[in-house]
Amino acid sequence: MLGKLDWSAIPFDQPIPMITSGVVALVILGVLAWVVLAGHLPYLWREWITSVDHKRIGVMYMTLALVMLLRGFSDAIMMRGQQAIAFHSQGYLPPEHFNQIFSAHGTIMIFFVAMPFVIGLMNLVVPLQLGVRDVAFPTLNSVGFWLTATGALLVNMSLVIGEFARTGWLPYPPLSELTYSPGVGVDYYLWSLEISGIGTLVAGINLVTTVLKLRTRGMSYLRMPMFCWTTLASNLLIVTAFPILTATLAMLILDRYFGFHFFSNEAGGNVMMFMNLIWAWGHPEVYILILPAFGVFSEVVATFSGKPLFGYRSMVLATMAICVISFMVWLHHFFTMGAGPNVNAIFGIASMIIAVPTGVKIYNWLFTMYGGRIRFTSPMLWSIGFMVTFILGGLTGVLVAVPPADFLLHNSLFLVAHFHNVIIGGVLFGAFAGYTYWFPKAFGFRLHEGLGKAAFWFWLIGFYVAFMPLYAVGLLGMTRRMQHYDIPEWRPWLIAAAFGAVLILIGIGFQIAQLVVSIRRREELRDRTGDPWQGRSLEWATASPPPVFNFAIMPDVRGGDAYWEIKSRARQQDIEKQEPDYEDIEMPRNSPTGFVCAFFATVMGFALIWHIWWMVAAGFVGAFATFVVFAWRDHDEYVIPAAEVARIDRANLAERRALAGAAGSA
Amino acid sequence: MTHGHDDAFDRTDLAPGDEHVEGGRLRLRVLGYVTGLGLAILLTATSFFVAGTNLVWEPSIPVALVVLAIAQMGVHLVFFLHITTGPDNTNNVLALAFGVLIVLLLMSGSLWIMANLNHNMMPMDQIMQMQR
Amino acid sequence: MADTTMAYAHIDPHQVRGIDEFGTHAGPASRRIVTGYGFWIFILSDIIMFSAFFATYAVLLGQTAGGPSGRDLFDLRNVAIETAFLLASSFTCGMASIAADMRNKTWFQVAMAVTCLFGLAFLTIEAREFASLVARGAGPTRSAFLSAFFSLVGLHGLHVSAGILWLLTMMAQVLAKGFRADIQRRILCFALFWHALDIIWIAVFTVVYLIGSAQ
Repeated sequence: MLGKLDWSAIPFDQPIPMITSGVVALVILGVLAWVVLAGHLPYLWREWITSVDHKRIGVMYMTLALVMLLRGFSDAIMMRGQQAIAFHSQGYLPPEHFNQIFSAHGTIMIFFVAMPFVIGLMNLVVPLQLGVRDVAFPTLNSVGFWLTATGALLVNMSLVIGEFARTGWLPYPPLSELTYSPGVGVDYYLWSLEISGIGTLVAGINLVTTVLKLRTRGMSYLRMPMFCWTTLASNLLIVTAFPILTATLAMLILDRYFGFHFFSNEAGGNVMMFMNLIWAWGHPEVYILILPAFGVFSEVVATFSGKPLFGYRSMVLATMAICVISFMVWLHHFFTMGAGPNVNAIFGIASMIIAVPTGVKIYNWLFTMYGGRIRFTSPMLWSIGFMVTFILGGLTGVLVAVPPADFLLHNSLFLVAHFHNVIIGGVLFGAFAGYTYWFPKAFGFRLHEGLGKAAFWFWLIGFYVAFMPLYAVGLLGMTRRMQHYDIPEWRPWLIAAAFGAVLILIGIGFQIAQLVVSIRRREELRDRTGDPWQGRSLEWATASPPPVFNFAIMPDVRGGDAYWEIKSRARQQDIEKQEPDYEDIEMPRNSPTGFVCAFFATVMGFALIWHIWWMVAAGFVGAFATFVVFAWRDHDEYVIPAAEVARIDRANLAERRALAGAAGSA
Repeated sequence: MTHGHDDAFDRTDLAPGDEHVEGGRLRLRVLGYVTGLGLAILLTATSFFVAGTNLVWEPSIPVALVVLAIAQMGVHLVFFLHITTGPDNTNNVLALAFGVLIVLLLMSGSLWIMANLNHNMMPMDQIMQMQR
Repeated sequence: MADTTMAYAHIDPHQVRGIDEFGTHAGPASRRIVTGYGFWIFILSDIIMFSAFFATYAVLLGQTAGGPSGRDLFDLRNVAIETAFLLASSFTCGMASIAADMRNKTWFQVAMAVTCLFGLAFLTIEAREFASLVARGAGPTRSAFLSAFFSLVGLHGLHVSAGILWLLTMMAQVLAKGFRADIQRRILCFALFWHALDIIWIAVFTVVYLIGSAQ
């Protein structure tokens, strides 16, 4: 009746998951109770859950990412704690748990922190920067978000119902095959990622189409902000790489569920094919993460240097070069698997070549800063921190790209330090820079700057204290994912690393404080002009937050740095005094499709994991019915009358002009 | 909403799958599909013939089949999907080219890598026997 | 970076600089183009998913684990009939596209119905092939080669099945609501999907069946 599910699935004898889930359940119930009792549920349903507005969806993506960051980070601190004390001792985490923790840490950080964060930023910002009203497929956008949330939910459910995979964040066979992982852990992983993978693919299709087909009048390709170019490159990679992940995980599912022999030890299966395919996805994946971060830095550095971005065309070329070359290097993740010197050499050389366009970008950012009037706001601090940290990480990357070196360093803590170096220094710092930079646009008030700076310094120093020792201990021979060890030379480094993790924890504490304090003091921090940073691109031309239609009249673009150009012309020609011809605006209607679809996907996913076949069928029928209902609707848009558009726009402009008048200049 | 003139024909851009037929004459359009069908039938028949015959030098058969397959895919793209090299189709062709590039990289890369791996590494059933 | 607004169409026909005949980027594309292009991108992602299965098939081609290989199993006559049905269905789908464009409900429904029948014929033959293979002990669990074969060809069959469901939904929608703009866009997407399936089938019958039987 309930497949493999019974009471033994709940780990009553393990204190950590029981206490954690208990606390989480209480928090969730508490929040839900407050929402319902305070009467916020209709608002939440109408304005957020069923919203198809790219700004709202972007915020929800980033909220998901930040919440999951806390979960992923608690896994990290548990691991650092374990390794700090597990010298000639079993520590406090038995191996079966330690293995689930490092697997969950990686899975959550990549798929449910980094991906949603960058997708959220792109969703929020790109339509505004392109001068249009929404992405190409708004309802599909909502579906994508909610499917990603489903994946996150399933992974977190594994904490208390059943178990998670013990294979690492990429489930290599034969360990991940049914023979050696008979439990539900790997199934939780597989279905969670297959479902959220659909969400990611959908976001990719949406953003590619938006950048290529939805730009305001006059915005040719070479006038787009750099963030839009990196969005294009990243999403082209999403639509071409994620199908490979879907296919490979599907093959593993077929092996586990139906006894197929793709990766089995017997009947001719080829274990190495899994590694080949999964990294053919995995390498583009890291570029999917870093390219939007590069885009953020281009925006932030230009704005806070008060200069246009240096070398725009070379940036575009470098971005598209990275996009293409990222599909030519994937073997460097398994140099040691035995393909031989010729194959290793080709991929090693390609891996070194791909560092060149990134170098071009770094130089362009430096030249942007040179001669500019630099303001050291926290987004700028994150950017400078990125430049130093990412270069270091990139250097160690080129080091491990040399096959003979990699034969010593593969799967050591040196490698772990390298990829955390580039992901934290690159993706996460970029995400935080973008978060701070665009927060006022999304919510109408800035984040508290002092707390933001404190957070930055603790993150930066904490990162170095946590990860530089890992380079050392990797060179001393320590393999990754060790639950205990008995080599005394490693111990001091691992203790230092644990201390670094605590510093990062303080940094996160400051970020939480920053958010709370900023919300409390939002009137002081209010952004009334829509342009708190003297921005250069079109999103700063809107109010903060923008009205649902973004632009009352879609702007006419005449050059790069479109908004800077508009401001300069306005000062010269007093253009702002003329009132435009307002027209009715059609906007897409909200829809529960995304949420309902995800509900059925969750049911299906859970049922597939636990082999509850009738529930799978029910979930499938529900999902299909949702789709048909959606496809049958007659009214997918609503009209905002011109008078209403005018009223909103006049109010925003009046506020902006009042402040400009008071300040003496725009 | 965000979109421009709704569903009117754009002179500079075309949706993939749409064809730009001046005046939209029925006969011409049907003829396009008939030609495509005819060519496809021809190419398919040739493929099946080549596969089964001994009139062709045997080692070249796979190559010939692949060439015929690519030709037929081209026929489908041109006659059924109306993908052309005109300026109104640039975006569609570029997207297709990018996809084809990735397919080629994935397939050739995988085959090359796996061939090398299989050459260098012991077959799995032998490894399993060593375990016992 | 200030550009002047002159007519550059003659020197930039491929819109690399995004300039139309009026000298500026014309603004957002029409709904039909946006929808069609988005679906085109989806099809490309689907083709890449198929190529992962193709690559796996190519790698596992010889791994018959002492069991039957392609030469022992494939019936090329069946494959030829399947191919004929699918190719014909592509043609009739094209006729349906023209009918939709001409807003002719009758011809649209007839063409779609014939497409559906041809598609179902294809699926029936394929299902029978699969069933007979399983009955002969050559199911997907027999060897890695057979796992790869069943999943590649089966994935294509699954797509065709989904396509048939979609086809029937489109027939119902046109019946109920006529050729509304959004329904026309969906018909465009359906046609793209159906033709893409035939293109993938070309690869399947060539690589799997024809080259596979010659081994």
